[in-house]
Amino acid sequence: MDKQPLNEQNFENAVKSYQPKPSYVMNCIKAFIVGGLICVFGELLSQMYIHWFDYNEENAMNPTVATLILLAALATGFGVYDKLGQFAGAGSAVPVTGFANSITSAALEHKSEGLVLGVATNLFKLAGSVIVFGVVAAYVLGIFRYLWSLIF
Amino acid sequence: MTFLWAFIVGGGICVIGQILLDVFKLTPAHVMSSFVVAGAVLDAFDIYDKLIEFAGAGATVPITSFGHSLLHGAMEQSEKHGFIGIAVGIFELTSAGIASAILFGFIVAVFFKPKG
Repeated sequence: MDKQPLNEQNFENAVKSYQPKPSYVMNCIKAFIVGGLICVFGELLSQMYIHWFDYNEENAMNPTVATLILLAALATGFGVYDKLGQFAGAGSAVPVTGFANSITSAALEHKSEGLVLGVATNLFKLAGSVIVFGVVAAYVLGIFRYLWSLIF
Repeated sequence: MTFLWAFIVGGGICVIGQILLDVFKLTPAHVMSSFVVAGAVLDAFDIYDKLIEFAGAGATVPITSFGHSLLHGAMEQSEKHGFIGIAVGIFELTSAGIASAILFGFIVAVFFKPKG
């Protein structure tokens, strides 16, 4: 391999042996455990809100999500959540805490540009796509569901 | 028992996300966006409610529930107000999450220093 000169054709192959191989199984196990634990913690919170604060099964989701978002924002501020993200991958990105992390970290990253142009403008830099796609999909599907209910 | 199912279902959704990241080489933003759309589609066929009944926070904590709540609020209001109701209700159930994410994200960004 080291005899022939590097060119565009063999670069991919030459570089391949130096790249770390992603261990799919290990990453999935990590994501499963961390993601599962975040959901168990969420279940614990919602049971707590149902038990002590007069919420019912349906609306206990609101304070639970708000609490998780608060904790994730603080953890991002302390730099803990990004370490968790490096370990767990999707396990920390897929729960709603990952949404809060993307908002807080984007805002923190641009803090030096000021409160208005830095923090407030970049708050939804990463999370904006989630809201846009969510709203567009829900709007289109909502129209279909409504038409469907009119016909039948 | 709910805790066990919350762990398995929540973890399982994260594993799907991890596979999309590793095998299909998507960015986290793409994964999150697809999951929100997937949640809305599952709710359109009334599947997601069954999952929530069954797994509790295992289904409400992953970002898929954001898409589910968007569509759910829209459909609730469209029953009362027709087409306008879709726009009125779309943020009804998710407003707690979005409002607190904006508030806490802003406060943390103001009071903390960026790390790394």
